[in-house]
Amino acid sequence: MKTATATAIKPPADFAVEKIRADFPALHQKVHGRPLVYLDNAASAQKPQAVIDAISDYYRRDHANVHRGVHTLSQRATDAYEGAREKVRAWINAAGSCECIYVSGATEGINLVAQAYARPRLKSGDEVVVTVSEHHSNIVPWQMVCEQTGAVLRAIPVQDSGELDLGAAAELIGKRTRIVAFGHISNALGTVNPMAELTAMARAAGAVTVVDGAQAMPHLRVDVRALDCDFYTFSGHKMYGPTGSGILYGKESLLDSMAPYRGGGEMIKSVSFEGTVYHDLPHKFEAGTPFIAGAVGLGATVDYLGGIGMEQVAAHESAVLDYALARAADTPGLTVIGNPRHRAAILSFTMDGVHPHDIGTVLDHEGVAVRTGHHCAQPLMERFGIAATARASFGMYNTRAEVDALFAAIGKVREMF
Amino acid sequence: MCDLRELYQEVIFDHNRNPHNFGKLQNPDRTVRGDNPLCGDQLTLYLHVDADGAIRDIAFDGHGCAISVASASIMTDLVKGASAAEALLWFDKFHALVTGGGDGGGEGMDKLAVLGGVRQYPMRVKCATLPWHTLQAALRGDGATVSTE
Repeated sequence: MKTATATAIKPPADFAVEKIRADFPALHQKVHGRPLVYLDNAASAQKPQAVIDAISDYYRRDHANVHRGVHTLSQRATDAYEGAREKVRAWINAAGSCECIYVSGATEGINLVAQAYARPRLKSGDEVVVTVSEHHSNIVPWQMVCEQTGAVLRAIPVQDSGELDLGAAAELIGKRTRIVAFGHISNALGTVNPMAELTAMARAAGAVTVVDGAQAMPHLRVDVRALDCDFYTFSGHKMYGPTGSGILYGKESLLDSMAPYRGGGEMIKSVSFEGTVYHDLPHKFEAGTPFIAGAVGLGATVDYLGGIGMEQVAAHESAVLDYALARAADTPGLTVIGNPRHRAAILSFTMDGVHPHDIGTVLDHEGVAVRTGHHCAQPLMERFGIAATARASFGMYNTRAEVDALFAAIGKVREMF
Repeated sequence: MCDLRELYQEVIFDHNRNPHNFGKLQNPDRTVRGDNPLCGDQLTLYLHVDADGAIRDIAFDGHGCAISVASASIMTDLVKGASAAEALLWFDKFHALVTGGGDGGGEGMDKLAVLGGVRQYPMRVKCATLPWHTLQAALRGDGATVSTE
């Protein structure tokens, strides 16, 4: 854990957090008579007015089905939908917008790769490697495809620090490995995983890399070509965008080589009972009328983040996290799980003699929203010998004063129990 | 904070700190595990059951929040020596109590009434009912594991 004292940690002076807070209507309310302190951002972040407006404006003015009508509204909807795809492409630096498939979130992105890429290719005895710290959404789809194909699922262990055991990873990733799937940032502990090392190991073994970026997008500027991963997927709602929106990035050659994931309208060039010709990328993977408003909202999210700058966001969040870690170190009976060298704005903790669920209820009464439970990462909880934690996760709009409110509320928990 | 005390009454803290009937039974007739997948809480009930279905002895272990541990502690006190039919009737009344559908009246309900504050916390109802769902499965022979979901 960082040992800086609480008073020595200052956020960057030029980051106007109050101005950012003003952009988020949901933050300005009381819960149980106390000002809301929203620290459940790793589960889902609140939405800026610009994103809410973009969705609302789209429905009020431009809505029609996409890629179909010759009429004006259909053209506007198509432009908005494809325009948003191009915004996301530029944001993650994909080579082409055809490499950005709209999905409902990271969960669908991973399932798409598991079923459309992995399933036809995996053979009995092949291996898929994940990590012990994965969210269930990056474990279960691989278990399913392993059951379907006879492939074997293996997991890179996690050290006490919350960091991956790279020595073990080097032994696990070998000539039988076909796929290496890992989170960019652990949702339960906040550990930033060593992307370069993992992708290099996978590449050396001839395996394809699948990165769950759901927790990274709100905190970092992700450049998929610099990362040189094969697939990268994320959810809009964790990066201040709409629920139900998301992107699967894949290298064009890989996506091109894959059969469609689901059949239906929008994904075909022509249909007859003699045979159907599938559409080109990215439409091949987007059967049915898509979540157009979600795509529009995601595009607005990227615009909003671009206007702030992710380097600024990361510096601010890092200062808030360091302050929270310093406060945690000064709190008797509170244990922070893991102390990785690189940690995003997530703090998972337990308290002696108090179940996390009870912590969550008392904190809620103080207006402080945290997540409690296993965080959909039960193998990781088992690794640390715990059933659950309380997790405070910070976003760009959280402040030192809110960290103080969190620890004041933790004091109330201690008083009660 | 005062309304939070309605949920966390002092009796609940007492049961949480020193749960009654906590541990395993020797050679139980029935063993059933209850899971709350929402939060990862787990408890296992061990029962000695007479030929006529009466609960001769009962114990539990596992891990959970103060509400679920207190509920299991109170429940095991209450149903020890009861017939299966009595126990299931208490579950009905208890369920009504914590979901707001009942007043908690009737024999044995005074002990359960301390959990009545749960009705203000829909997210916590499953914590209070997990031991009871598990007991119901044990008495009906529904299988070795039950879930609140």
